Amino acid sequence: MFELWFGIVAVMFTAYVVLDGYDLGAGALHLVVARTGDERRQVLAAVGPFWDANEVWLLAAGGALFVGFPRVLAAGLSGFYLAIFLVIWTLILRAVAIEFRSHVGDVLWRAFWDAVFSLASAALAILWGAAIGNVIRGLPLGADGWFALPLFTTFGTTPPVGILDWYTVLTGVFALVALVGHGAVFLTWRTDGPVHDRSRRIAAALFAVLVLLWPAVTIATQIVNPVLFPNLAGRWMAWLGLVAAIAGIVAVFAGLRRDRGLTAFLGSSAWIVGMLVATAACLYPVMLRAVPDAAYSITAAAGGNSAGGLRSALGWWIVGFPIAIAYFVILFRVHRGKAVAAAEGQGY
Amino acid sequence: MDPLFWHRFQFAFTATFHYLFPQLTMGLALLILVMKTLGRRPGGEHWNDAARFWIRIFGINFAVGVVTGIPMEFQFGTNWAGFSAFAGAVIGNTLGMEGLFAFFLESSFLAVLVWGEAKVGPRLHWWASLALFAGSWLSGYFIVATDAFMQHPVGAQAAAGGVLQIADFWAFLLNPWALLQYAHTMVASVVTASFVVAAVGAYYQLRGQHAAAARDFLRVGVLSGLVASVLVAFPTGDRQAKQVARYQPVSLAAMEGRFTSGPYAGITLIGQPDVTARRLDNPVEVRGLLSVLAYGTWHSNVPGLDAFPPADWPDNIELLYYAFHIMAGLGTIFILLMAASALRMARGRLDRSPALLWTLMLAFPFPYIANTAGWLVAELGRQPWLVYGILRTGAGASPNVHAGTVLFTTIGFAGLYLVLGLLFVFLIGREIAHGPRAGLEAAHV
Repeated sequence: MFELWFGIVAVMFTAYVVLDGYDLGAGALHLVVARTGDERRQVLAAVGPFWDANEVWLLAAGGALFVGFPRVLAAGLSGFYLAIFLVIWTLILRAVAIEFRSHVGDVLWRAFWDAVFSLASAALAILWGAAIGNVIRGLPLGADGWFALPLFTTFGTTPPVGILDWYTVLTGVFALVALVGHGAVFLTWRTDGPVHDRSRRIAAALFAVLVLLWPAVTIATQIVNPVLFPNLAGRWMAWLGLVAAIAGIVAVFAGLRRDRGLTAFLGSSAWIVGMLVATAACLYPVMLRAVPDAAYSITAAAGGNSAGGLRSALGWWIVGFPIAIAYFVILFRVHRGKAVAAAEGQGY
Repeated sequence: MDPLFWHRFQFAFTATFHYLFPQLTMGLALLILVMKTLGRRPGGEHWNDAARFWIRIFGINFAVGVVTGIPMEFQFGTNWAGFSAFAGAVIGNTLGMEGLFAFFLESSFLAVLVWGEAKVGPRLHWWASLALFAGSWLSGYFIVATDAFMQHPVGAQAAAGGVLQIADFWAFLLNPWALLQYAHTMVASVVTASFVVAAVGAYYQLRGQHAAAARDFLRVGVLSGLVASVLVAFPTGDRQAKQVARYQPVSLAAMEGRFTSGPYAGITLIGQPDVTARRLDNPVEVRGLLSVLAYGTWHSNVPGLDAFPPADWPDNIELLYYAFHIMAGLGTIFILLMAASALRMARGRLDRSPALLWTLMLAFPFPYIANTAGWLVAELGRQPWLVYGILRTGAGASPNVHAGTVLFTTIGFAGLYLVLGLLFVFLIGREIAHGPRAGLEAAHV
């Protein structure tokens, strides 16, 4: 049961990163790929109908974590307190920017919200990357099962650690490059004209940077968490993830070269899914890794709901999950095709 | 300073601010669905114009509701980690279900409802209005059910490690407290939406603008306002009060400022509670009414605060007392105002009753006040418990977060929400100034 619910939570967070990832990436690129008012509205038309539903995956994943592993949620959210509020405030600013921007025609109003949208999107990508970095590096959990992290300490990865250190900043930058690349690929797929052309060029450049950063992040990960990669032995899920990630990168470059936007988007999605699956599979069963004393780590079993509680929650999850998928099928069908900037007052 | 104070202050502030928006969203979703349904009948095209106007208001309001709701989900973990670790195995169910069953439904069809009418056609657009209605009302249920567990914990049992676990899922989900509180909360949100719709109608009527829309808004607003104002008092409010009398008698005593037990208990109309001296100053009361309302007979004994140890008293009796009286008093006035307006309308004379129109136009903030006061009654009345009778509020706060950190984020929220509130008022003001236009092309910037 713990393994199943660990999988459920991982699947839902992965869905969040893949789906909200592209609109975060598109948002971060907003100022760069879209120069004129019409181009800006084209980008907004591409992500506008989706961003809210994409973001719901975060809340739904949080809900699954809550019921599946209440102890992990409680320790994690309270321990990352300040970082979580930065995430919340950035989420608020970004959403307000998308929703309010086109209500008023004034050029300064729009320029302001375009900048907010872009900066908040980029900040969120970095924060999520840093969050994963923290989970991999480890947290100062005590015997009581709680921890508290300041925003930063010495930027070293040895105790006392902070939310930001050289490693988590590196993973933050890695996530930024990956998600902005993912967003660029999405815009390549969903737009035409100058926005499409610029997105395609930027996507190729970003994935080239990503391929260069990947080994650096891998080496850094081995340094801060030497017990992670040895877990690769005997974990077929992790290998599957790695294969998907590599195949995804190949698909991105192939898709971009032949201007097949959808192929490239599926490729960048596969890369993200593969990386997250491999990471989760290597971390399991530890959900919150304790440093320096690994004995205080919170595992799925220690942080989890009772077996009976997990079974009863599975009852509603199994009904709700396919419904959520069905909504996304409808959503993508209703808004299929290249995004077109809406007429004034009739869309994002 | 004690971090508990700031944890409570922050949650109360963010929850109160948040609930200004969903209370309109939920009620308005129902009224939009009604307008869209009327608009499908032959000759009902003007109802589609009315719906289009309110959908624009809905879109802005919904967006602020979403962004102010996101923090609430996180705050369970960030500020109330003790509570989350203790009860997450139980309330994680309703919070998780809200995401899967309600948020996906709302968010997938929001853009279709707000921007998609020309693209998807009238049929699918009607379905989108149904989706937003169903999604927002489902969301309301999951939140009320979560709160109901804190008010009246059923369906759970103690588990290893001193935490709770689900004992009976359906008993938890269909908590009798939740069913009543939900009915009361939802009709209260329809009261808010009705008053807002009627106020905009009255505004246009008084200015002699948008005659057709003014008439439609007043019709919908006053009729649904009358029905909802009655329902919010009887049976839902009345039953809710009886439920409090049964399961939280100490809260009822505090709500009424009742310090001594006894029969022929009265409903206080005027009076200031002096908790230190344990009495009400200058009380004006209807003798025996509380005994009847709570227990059915004039001579029923209604326990006062003296029947309970002070450690179990709600810790802010004064605010609880005023919140209850403001809610109940306003609720009574709502019925009178809407009944008078409906009578005038039935005689076809509402559009020539400036005094009544002025009252309707200026009355729209009061349902917001009443709704807010209602939640204050529920949550202050629950004190000093976080989960009634099981977990004290102090034991639920995050043990590893200090006061300086909580104050920092509280100040951040204060600033952010001030800006958000101003932006909201600005954008809604613009929409109302532009007014409804006939036909689909009625776009503006």
